[in-house]
Amino acid sequence: MASTTPIDTPPAPPAPPDRKERPQPTGRVGDKVFVGLSRGSGILLLVIMASIAVFLSYRAAIAISKDEGNFLTTFDWNPAGDPPVFGIAVLLFGTVVSSIIAMVIAVPIAVGIALFISHYAPRKLAAPIAYVVDLLAAVPSIVYGIWGALVLVPYLEGLNLWLDQFFGWTYIFEKTEVGVARSLFTVGVLLAIMILPIVTSVSREVFLQVPKMNEEAALALGATRWEVIRLSVLPFGRSGIISASMLGLGRALGETMAVATVLSPSFIISLHVLNPGGGTFAQNIAAKFGEADEFGRDALIASGLVLFVLTLLVNGAARLIIARRKEYSGANA
Amino acid sequence: MSHASTAVQERPTPPGGHGAPKSALTSRSLPRLAPVGFAAVAIALSVGISTAAGWHSKVQWGMIAALLFLAISYVATTVVENKRQAKDRLATSVVWVCFLIAIIPLVSLLWTTISRGAERLDGYFLTHSMAGVLGSEASGGVYHALIGTLEQVGIATVISAPLGLLTAVYLVEYGKGSLAKAVTFFVDVMTGIPSIVAGLFILSIMLIFEIQPSGLMGALALTILMIPVVVRSTEEMLKLVPNELREASLALGIPKWRTILKVVLPTAIGGITTGVMLAIARIAGETAPIILLVFGSQLINTNPFSGAQSSLPFYIYEQYKVGEAASYDRAWAAALVLIAFVMILNLVARGIARWKAPKTGR
Amino acid sequence: MAKRIDISGLTAYYGSHKAIEDISMTVEPRSVTAFIGPSGCGKSTFLRTLNRMHEVTPGGRVEGKVLLDDENLYASNVDPVTVRRTVGMVFQRPNPFPTMSIFDNVAAGLRLNGSYRKSELNDVVEKSLRGANLWNEVKDRLNKPGSGLSGGQQQRLCIARAIAVEPQVLLMDEPCSALDPISTLAIEDLIGELKERFTIVIVTHNMQQAARVSDRTAFFNLAAVGKPGRLIEIDETERIFSNPSVQATEDYISGRFG
Repeated sequence: MASTTPIDTPPAPPAPPDRKERPQPTGRVGDKVFVGLSRGSGILLLVIMASIAVFLSYRAAIAISKDEGNFLTTFDWNPAGDPPVFGIAVLLFGTVVSSIIAMVIAVPIAVGIALFISHYAPRKLAAPIAYVVDLLAAVPSIVYGIWGALVLVPYLEGLNLWLDQFFGWTYIFEKTEVGVARSLFTVGVLLAIMILPIVTSVSREVFLQVPKMNEEAALALGATRWEVIRLSVLPFGRSGIISASMLGLGRALGETMAVATVLSPSFIISLHVLNPGGGTFAQNIAAKFGEADEFGRDALIASGLVLFVLTLLVNGAARLIIARRKEYSGANA
Repeated sequence: MSHASTAVQERPTPPGGHGAPKSALTSRSLPRLAPVGFAAVAIALSVGISTAAGWHSKVQWGMIAALLFLAISYVATTVVENKRQAKDRLATSVVWVCFLIAIIPLVSLLWTTISRGAERLDGYFLTHSMAGVLGSEASGGVYHALIGTLEQVGIATVISAPLGLLTAVYLVEYGKGSLAKAVTFFVDVMTGIPSIVAGLFILSIMLIFEIQPSGLMGALALTILMIPVVVRSTEEMLKLVPNELREASLALGIPKWRTILKVVLPTAIGGITTGVMLAIARIAGETAPIILLVFGSQLINTNPFSGAQSSLPFYIYEQYKVGEAASYDRAWAAALVLIAFVMILNLVARGIARWKAPKTGR
Repeated sequence: MAKRIDISGLTAYYGSHKAIEDISMTVEPRSVTAFIGPSGCGKSTFLRTLNRMHEVTPGGRVEGKVLLDDENLYASNVDPVTVRRTVGMVFQRPNPFPTMSIFDNVAAGLRLNGSYRKSELNDVVEKSLRGANLWNEVKDRLNKPGSGLSGGQQQRLCIARAIAVEPQVLLMDEPCSALDPISTLAIEDLIGELKERFTIVIVTHNMQQAARVSDRTAFFNLAAVGKPGRLIEIDETERIFSNPSVQATEDYISGRFG
């Protein structure tokens, strides 16, 4: 597979007259057409990506230029007002906080499940569990959303009170407002449940790739199972865990429906994560879209652009880590 | 790798020989079923504590039981065996607890959807729309949404499958140099685009060219979400095709494009089909772009190119927002339909993958 | 330090497949015992039953007894972790921990077994690396990753790592098969030195190597394809190579089959 030119086509052997194969020139033309088509679709992808950036920026610029508030620091979303005032501060805060909560809960548990599947579960159980985890990754987010709102929220109320009672002194877990558990914390828990399957299955893949001889090296030194994991599995899998977490983070940041159904939104910033209120980019877009006029939609597009950049950064970082890991493991192969 | 599956059969040892009192290899150890005992004690204690303290949330009960279980097994192992064994035991317990913690919400999700959904799901529900049905009425159905989903997903598939396939062929068979690198990178980036951003992109086009909402617009947003998934999975599959096959074909003087069409793609077709089906399953559940681009409708609109439509995930959201008992029932029933659709696609796709898997490993 | 190993009636399985059957032999302390035999005859499997590594393989299980100075490794109250600490192992392909430095690789086993003071660790690491004839080559770069060494150096690093925990027995599973002749020679010299302190069992495909390094040699063979491997005979190396008592051994050694 040398290059994109017809050099790849080996020189044609003189075709026997009775062969049904088409004459060589057709092959050349066919090759050109085929290369053109496939390269064209590759280029089309780049064009789509570029136009996403361009179109979103264009509409966002329209909105931001007319924003009478500060787009970054205003605690309000009122593009229909006179003058129009809207800002992403609350959304950025809510998005980041709920995603952090999700990561703090999901990553350790996901690594635990991945280790469970790769190193602890009875062998007959491991394969079906892995299969089910992969299936769960396919459950649509809206289903998580209504389950979160109708089942999880009532269940978490007791836990919220309890956290307030025993950990209220941390400020973060102080619940200063009464009300159902439609809080950033609940959103974080739901997001954690949602990203668990993807983080688990990526981590599991990496753990299964740990060279057997590295594990045997530890075993032969008289290591217990946990020590084998600490000595050979976790060091090998560290970058894999990081990139799996980043992929999960990317999902959590952009999740719309689960947040829109669970959160009771408000335009305040509060570190009391148990209090109902707050908002995220995606949730705000879904919630405000129905009532928005054209300018309101542009304002939402502007907030979407920020979300876009945020997820690009996170995913880009994840990809970089994966790429570096490939080089690293290649060097040791 | 798993120690749990290994068994060492013991032959009766002759008298004398081993079993000397000062042994270097043996040490006191807990019986094999000790963790089960620890779990039982932990659960009993947590029930006791929670009842005494008057906590009602089962979540708390579970968390206390889990913490007690970890503490008991650590302490017991430290006392009976030693610190290293205790750490090992703790790690094992933590991993089991993680698994159990995670399994509970996921089982609850599936169970709730199935049991609540089955209440309302019947032939009537699948064959009627919401035309003229009030939110609080226990009537109506999902037919219009089903049509919408099938059409939107169908259009998205018709666009993304060939595009994705060709791109993957380009990357694997022709791609070298900076263009291929850029495409690879941006396919990865595209995988991470939140669905609502894809929706906003199409929305911005609609605003600029003054296009009205329709199923097609939703399908275009779904296309953006689907293409990278198809590219990735197809790429993986094409890479699995052994190079010897390509070389054998090329050496016969068959042009490269025919080699790809006649040799490479047919070899990988099983895996490619799987990838496309998994991609379909993923986009079928997307709600956010539909909210922005298709607008939603209570009526049957079979024309995806004009006028508002509904879709299954949108319908679930809409019924949830109505907030009546009857609408919740409809939401769960529709959720069951959607999950069934997605799961069947997944199962069939994975079945194909297993059945058609290329025999050669990497 | 070094201990005698008495094996009696040992049979090992992979799932339902019987890999080796009814093996009994004695391995003398402070000597080198070589296992030879055609591929697939179960000599590596047998070696791995001597430190309970066999049961790590999914489906692996063992029947019979392995007595280490009168103590059965397979008694029900014996912890396999302790066994592996007592019976060290060096593998076919050098397998240093890729993320660890040379120093940390050698110290890894010690650190598992409790906390050592830095000076103690330094001493043991130096002693082990000297013991593995590697000290002079790596003393200036102890903090560099172990994976940066050459194959032969990596294998000696693995030997240093194994002897650092002061095992009673050292098992070597074709330790030179991935190495060039010069590195092989270095390892063989090292084996000669190590047998002063350890009981050594080495599996090798290379009959000259067995003849060069071992005091006693055991020949394994399959009764037939698909049948489990068996011990054909074990004797002084000199005798095995000059005047074996079984015809099959002579056939194998003289290259008539295998």
